[in-house]
Amino acid sequence: MTTDLFEYVLRIGDDALIAAQRLAEWSTRAPEMEEDIALSNIALDQLGVARAMLTYAGELEGAGRGEDDLAFLREDREFRNCLLVELPNGDFAVTMARLLFLSAYQGSLYDGLVGSADGRLAGVAAKARKESAYHVDHAAQWTVRLGDGTAESHKRMQAAVDDLWPYTHELFGSDAIVSGVAEAGVGVDPASLREGWTEAVSSVLDEATLTRPADGWAPGGGRDGLHTEHLSYLLSEMQVLHRAHPGASW
Amino acid sequence: MTAARDAAAAVVDPELRVITIDELGVLRGVTEDPGTGAVTVTITPTYSGCPAMDVIRADIRTALRRAGYDRVEVMTSYGPPWSTDWISESGRAKLAAAGIAPPARVAAPAVIPVTALRRRLTVADAPPCPRCGSAETEEIAHFGSTACKALRRCRSCAEPFDHVKPL
Repeated sequence: MTTDLFEYVLRIGDDALIAAQRLAEWSTRAPEMEEDIALSNIALDQLGVARAMLTYAGELEGAGRGEDDLAFLREDREFRNCLLVELPNGDFAVTMARLLFLSAYQGSLYDGLVGSADGRLAGVAAKARKESAYHVDHAAQWTVRLGDGTAESHKRMQAAVDDLWPYTHELFGSDAIVSGVAEAGVGVDPASLREGWTEAVSSVLDEATLTRPADGWAPGGGRDGLHTEHLSYLLSEMQVLHRAHPGASW
Repeated sequence: MTAARDAAAAVVDPELRVITIDELGVLRGVTEDPGTGAVTVTITPTYSGCPAMDVIRADIRTALRRAGYDRVEVMTSYGPPWSTDWISESGRAKLAAAGIAPPARVAAPAVIPVTALRRRLTVADAPPCPRCGSAETEEIAHFGSTACKALRRCRSCAEPFDHVKPL
């Protein structure tokens, strides 16, 4: 059970960590000052959840690894994040479509974890759920603005939704680990979040005059450490300083 | 005991420099071991990734050392989660006086069912301008100079101002 919980906590933490890293890539590059600050703030929220989760995962593992060891000294095969968060930022529409899909999922996951029998998970989730509501709103506002905007912005927003939709299926995948922690009243079976998520995301797509893509191809593997090539490049940039100067702090 | 608590409670928030961590509701408890004199201070983050937490921890240690306490441990607690409702009345008054609009009371738990998705500041939540008092204000940016603040503008006096977002 402890090993399964370690894996489960790692999944939540890695989703947040890799999402934070991608969002932070927009710092100093966003289309306007307010957006630069918004994306950096959302990245910080994600990083906060990641730090709490990786710290807890390290304690569960009991091998002496802390948040920094888990963030900076694992190889890509050891990461448990979903593929959705590691894909490149693309244009602004892709970034917003990803944020919408991810934060709607995270918000409902954290909502469920508030009732966890595990006090640590419940505590972090109770804080993070309120932050997720702001992330969802931010992404939804942009999705509507771009989708229901000019012909060009509509085209790009639809393309972004179409490109990322296949990667949303992985969010709701079940396996022995999530079933186990869900039965123990500690975790949430992501499959149970799917209906609410689809309803919520569809309402935004409708308002944005966008078409919800048909379900089909469903890439996965992230939860088992099988990632796209993009994660390695992300990790090399994220980890280079820590690997070059082990134990450095500032 | 009270001396240790007073020292920790007087620490000023590094981002909202006009109020203390006690008024902000970040300070959760101060206990002192009468045998060893060791002090344990418990704080809670406003936002999960609040970058001010490290500075707050360092400032607490410094303040307690100045008050004569050499053995200080600062713990972080997540539950119950911080809410802007924990900002004290004196804290709210000081924020407003510094031109930062304090948050509206969240009353019911600030949980938006994810199916509702869109979190909107209702008219009732919109703060009056901290400079001229006008109720005619608008949001410029959801995410302001720090994680906990939004940027707004007064339609009457045209001044932009920070608003501590209800959370």
